[in-house]
Amino acid sequence: MANLMYRDAINQAMIEEMRKDDKLFLIGYDVGKYGGEFQLSHDMVKEFGEDRVRDAPISEQAIVGCAIGAAITGCRVIADIPFSDFMAMCMDQLVNQAAKFYYMFAGQANVPVVIITAIGGYIQAGPQHSQSLEAWFTNTPGLKVVAPSTPHDAKGLLRTAIADPNPVVFVTHKALYAVKGEVPAGDYTIPLGAADVKRQGTDVTLITYSLMVHRALKVAERLAKDGISVEVLDLRSLVPLDKGAILASVKKTGRAVVVHEAPKSGGFGGEIAAIIAEEGFRDVKAPILRVGAKWAPLPFVSALENEILPSEADIESAVRATARA
Amino acid sequence: MQSLKRYDRDLVLKMYEGMLRIRLFELTQSKVFRAGEQEGFTHLSIGQEAVPTGVCLSLRPTDYITSTHRGHHHMIAKGGDFKPMMAELYGRTTGSCMGRSGSLHIADFGIGVLGANGIVGDGNPIAVGAAYSIKLRKSGQVVVSFFGDGASNQGTFHESINMAASWDLPVVFVCENNMMACGVRTAEVCKALTHLGDRAIGYGIPGFNIDGNDVVEVYETAKTAIERARRGEGPTLINCMTTRQHPHWEGDKDVRSREEVEEQLRRDAIATFENRMREAGLASDADFKDRRERIQKLVDEAVAFARSSPRVGPEDALKYVYAD
Repeated sequence: MANLMYRDAINQAMIEEMRKDDKLFLIGYDVGKYGGEFQLSHDMVKEFGEDRVRDAPISEQAIVGCAIGAAITGCRVIADIPFSDFMAMCMDQLVNQAAKFYYMFAGQANVPVVIITAIGGYIQAGPQHSQSLEAWFTNTPGLKVVAPSTPHDAKGLLRTAIADPNPVVFVTHKALYAVKGEVPAGDYTIPLGAADVKRQGTDVTLITYSLMVHRALKVAERLAKDGISVEVLDLRSLVPLDKGAILASVKKTGRAVVVHEAPKSGGFGGEIAAIIAEEGFRDVKAPILRVGAKWAPLPFVSALENEILPSEADIESAVRATARA
Repeated sequence: MQSLKRYDRDLVLKMYEGMLRIRLFELTQSKVFRAGEQEGFTHLSIGQEAVPTGVCLSLRPTDYITSTHRGHHHMIAKGGDFKPMMAELYGRTTGSCMGRSGSLHIADFGIGVLGANGIVGDGNPIAVGAAYSIKLRKSGQVVVSFFGDGASNQGTFHESINMAASWDLPVVFVCENNMMACGVRTAEVCKALTHLGDRAIGYGIPGFNIDGNDVVEVYETAKTAIERARRGEGPTLINCMTTRQHPHWEGDKDVRSREEVEEQLRRDAIATFENRMREAGLASDADFKDRRERIQKLVDEAVAFARSSPRVGPEDALKYVYAD
């Protein structure tokens, strides 16, 4: 076991996979000598050279299109789009091309591309560098969407995502990159579509992913002192989704709160709540609650940003409300 | 237009047959589509045959092309078999994409056709990626990206050519300039329409503006560009001025006047080529008739094959969403 930062776990996963497959390459602006906008590809160009750690012009459509074209002709590709906000620039290539090829060409071509992109606020980056746009990708058949919360999960899931024959959006979080955690040495992978119970509990299930897992764990610890036993379920992957784990946990606790950083309205939390309502209705003893951002763009200054983004206090009051109901 | 006298008869006949295969397939497709035998939409390439025919003569079976919403002619020029193509247009199980693509997204990876594409301009970055893969795999292949004058004003045009030029990728960008972007005369929204090839200067690559209805000029220009790409010297932009004889999609209205369309018919790639072949003493009317009959028979067989092929059933609707 090594104690690694989240970004270094990603770096390790990419290096180990690139050593195994010389047709795998990384593309993005800053990925080369600079080492990646968030240092995900630190020092990789030294080992693999410029053709496999490819600094690109700031042309998101061409970066993702290039990844797709290479992937359907014998390569595997990781594309680094550092902020999920910038995914808006290449949504067409991702949604209209990558997600469709295997289906519309009846299996003639598959698209082994991983796009690593960071969501998230709390870093005072303002309206165009702070959004959590993961729900956009989850409503597109053909894409897979992964959102790990720990260095351990990030490495294991990234290795699986790189080996996957389909396009995967690998959603990281800017505020997680420097978070440290235990990462086992050697080969290990985590399957996509397997949620993880990060804390066992019996009274309320907190269902979440990415940075919010850490906030949920803090709230759970605090509430334990008040005698409320909270289970924290980390989805880890949104598509495919581990419905079984969600329903099993809710069956145990009878109460569910869904938390994400993206705006509450129209977010992926609505999907989780709907699944529980449709398939676990008899197991719930209280209304299913959602915690998410308020309905506004994310401003730069923290006094405003903190008002809009979900806080630990918001999560705590939702859990208390459902526990009482 | 130069005389065909200095050309080998076999090559000239190959050019003629290549264009004729497209024309006869498309005329029949127009007929059966208008008769209501197929679903959806179809965009026909009648009038634009010389461009892919002239280009693909210099490609190898293992080379790649990307295509557009108007993509039947690209696929035929790259060696597409009429039967799976026609069956795809009919949405049958024997179609090249088992009824999932239809006309707009028809593809055959076995012959290097990386897909027609329903999004105008999206083939260019995909072609760049295929070229990047070729460079990384050192496979010696070449990619040709076919796109239209409409696509030349998408951001993907700029992003792709800049990227390919920067990395000397083995890709040839072929603009099939039919002067119409959907229902708009492109000249009304694009100042230097007939000189799109001049944009190459801005990317530091060779660019050409040629008569896209002269299959020989297309052949010569593309051959040079493809050889250059194969040598690893980078991309070329070729602007081919051509003519779209039918509306945007079959059954669509056409904003062009009758005179405009008739002017295009006077530049017809096949009729003018027949005249040149006669003048050069390379072929007679009997040669033309013989080939027309032979190719039409193949088209008719493809239609019969498609009509008699099993229809796609709802049990297939959820297949191929993800690869295993």
